[in-house]
Amino acid sequence: MAKTITRQEPALGVDAELARRLLGEMLLIRRFEEKAAEAYALGKIGGFLHLYIGEEAVAVGATSVLRPDDYAISAYREHGHCLAKGSDPRRAMAELYGRRDGLSKGKGGSMHLFDRSVNFLGGHAIVGAHLPVAAGVGFGIKYRGGDQVVVCYFGDGAVPQGEFHESMNLVALWKLPVIYVCENNRYAMGTSTERALAQTEIWQFGRTYGIPAERVDGMDVLAVREAVGRAVERARADKTPALIEADTYRFRGHSMRDPAGAVYRTREEVEREKQRDPIALFRGYALAAKLVTDDDVRTLEKDAVDRVDEAVAFADASPEPPGEWLFTDIYGEPPREA
Amino acid sequence: MAVMTYREALNLALREEMRRDPNVFVIGEEVGLYEGAYKVTQGLLREFGPRRVVDTPIAESGFTGVGIGAAMTGLRPVVEMMTFNFALVAVDQIVNTAAKIRYMSGGQYHVPIVIRGPGGPAAQLGAQHSQSMESYFYHVPGLKVVRPTTPMDAKGLLKSSIRDDDPVIFIESETLYNVKGDVPEDPDFLIPLGQAIVRREGTDVTVIAYMGMCYRAMEVAEELAAEGISVEIVDPRTLRPMDTESIIGSVRKTHRAVVVEAGAGFAGMGSEIAAFITERAFDDLDAPVERVTGANAPMPYARNLEKLKTPSKDRIAAAVRRVCYANGG
Repeated sequence: MAKTITRQEPALGVDAELARRLLGEMLLIRRFEEKAAEAYALGKIGGFLHLYIGEEAVAVGATSVLRPDDYAISAYREHGHCLAKGSDPRRAMAELYGRRDGLSKGKGGSMHLFDRSVNFLGGHAIVGAHLPVAAGVGFGIKYRGGDQVVVCYFGDGAVPQGEFHESMNLVALWKLPVIYVCENNRYAMGTSTERALAQTEIWQFGRTYGIPAERVDGMDVLAVREAVGRAVERARADKTPALIEADTYRFRGHSMRDPAGAVYRTREEVEREKQRDPIALFRGYALAAKLVTDDDVRTLEKDAVDRVDEAVAFADASPEPPGEWLFTDIYGEPPREA
Repeated sequence: MAVMTYREALNLALREEMRRDPNVFVIGEEVGLYEGAYKVTQGLLREFGPRRVVDTPIAESGFTGVGIGAAMTGLRPVVEMMTFNFALVAVDQIVNTAAKIRYMSGGQYHVPIVIRGPGGPAAQLGAQHSQSMESYFYHVPGLKVVRPTTPMDAKGLLKSSIRDDDPVIFIESETLYNVKGDVPEDPDFLIPLGQAIVRREGTDVTVIAYMGMCYRAMEVAEELAAEGISVEIVDPRTLRPMDTESIIGSVRKTHRAVVVEAGAGFAGMGSEIAAFITERAFDDLDAPVERVTGANAPMPYARNLEKLKTPSKDRIAAAVRRVCYANGG
């Protein structure tokens, strides 16, 4: 299964600026997640924490072909999607810390990042439930006659859920501009796709529903960019939906409570998959193609570390939300009941 | 003011709001071409077209989610549940998504959606199509829950629900669709959510009831008037947020209370109302609060058993007499 990026020439439309951006964003997400893991170990982040480490190319590649007014929506492993869409890492980290300057004022947490300023419609933590919501966002775009698209990220774990199939059917039936990006990291928590799906080639479900579908190397940021780019072009042109299966892998456990390489996969498999590290692969490619220099890489690395350090400092300094916020943001106006 | 059925009042409310606001649309099973399983959406497809009157396949979770996504990004969907029993298929969308988006996003997004359809005891529809549905929803912070008893309320409350910025669970009743009543034709006529109404003034005892049980209680009140018992009837209309002030105010006047609900009594609406009356008006009470509730059993099909399931006039009257210490209690 392990693959490497074999491109030698710069891919179409990839210039030095884009290469720096893609690498920089993947590095930012990686460093952000590493720091979040540290903060979790220190007890500064509680609850569940699902890291995106290993899957960065999917969020960064997909978002690189979106406009700011396009929408993105995700499940609970959404830090990367939110940051890629343009959220301020300081406010994202503050949300993980449960602080008042967090994106959701500390009321959402790691699994519920929302950022209206960048059209990021949230982290949703009931598997499969946000797929129909994404269809509704597409419905709204079409209703208003807009040309935006919505990208909906979900894991292979959502595919056996009924809502995946309801959503595929509805977006195909009504022709809605929704691009479903399945991050197939091969395990729904500890259950491999082989143990969960009668059809493990997830992209094939697109065929069933008459939706343009393809499988893409989710460790190759340019391949993701190109596949999503094709889907975005179709969706803008005539509202055609898409299903893209990105073949990826999470290098850490399901959550911080699941040590990597636990009972359901072998250490050898994890080590082998780490050879497909999307950041290492793209850095190697970009250096070889002379899109970036060693200096550029050092600068990007430093920038990512600096921004994440700043995010941690910001989160640490942000106060806890005041007690009266328990009762705000439940209704639009205070209801009469206490 | 015009006389029309409860069904026509709902239909008029939908038409008026769709004419007023281009972001309002109706979506659900059989709402368009078929004109609604109970004809509440009759004529809407003809007037507004398929863009705004959207027939769906049978996929309650899917099309409720569609409504939520559309609402998050600026539209005002009215989602019809052919019967509210089918909303249980979409309960995760309603409880975990619609109700919580505003909170989880720290107020960045909200979900102005109405989910409406008939629920409650119906005529021999059996256990899966005949049950009180409100209890599955009024427990949830973030939802508003409306149960309109009269045609006027049906119109005024549905219009307010559509204009409301929060998710509203609006549960009608199969058994009330043909009830006729006065309905204001003014397109700006609204009944605010969260306001109870005194349906009948009285001095001896407050009966709190809504929907079919409210009509039944009204009949009981007339009969008891002949015995010299003066019954006041308060209809909450909105179950969440509930107008506790109006109910407490009535109890402070009559010093006695009976709560009637069609649903199974365990942890029901009657329990909640009895609890807040006891907490806030204990010193005003001359008798313990009584609950008259549906039996703690699923709805049976057989006509005689079905009759035993929901509170009868006799049971309501007996409870009123007990709290009034009349006829030996």
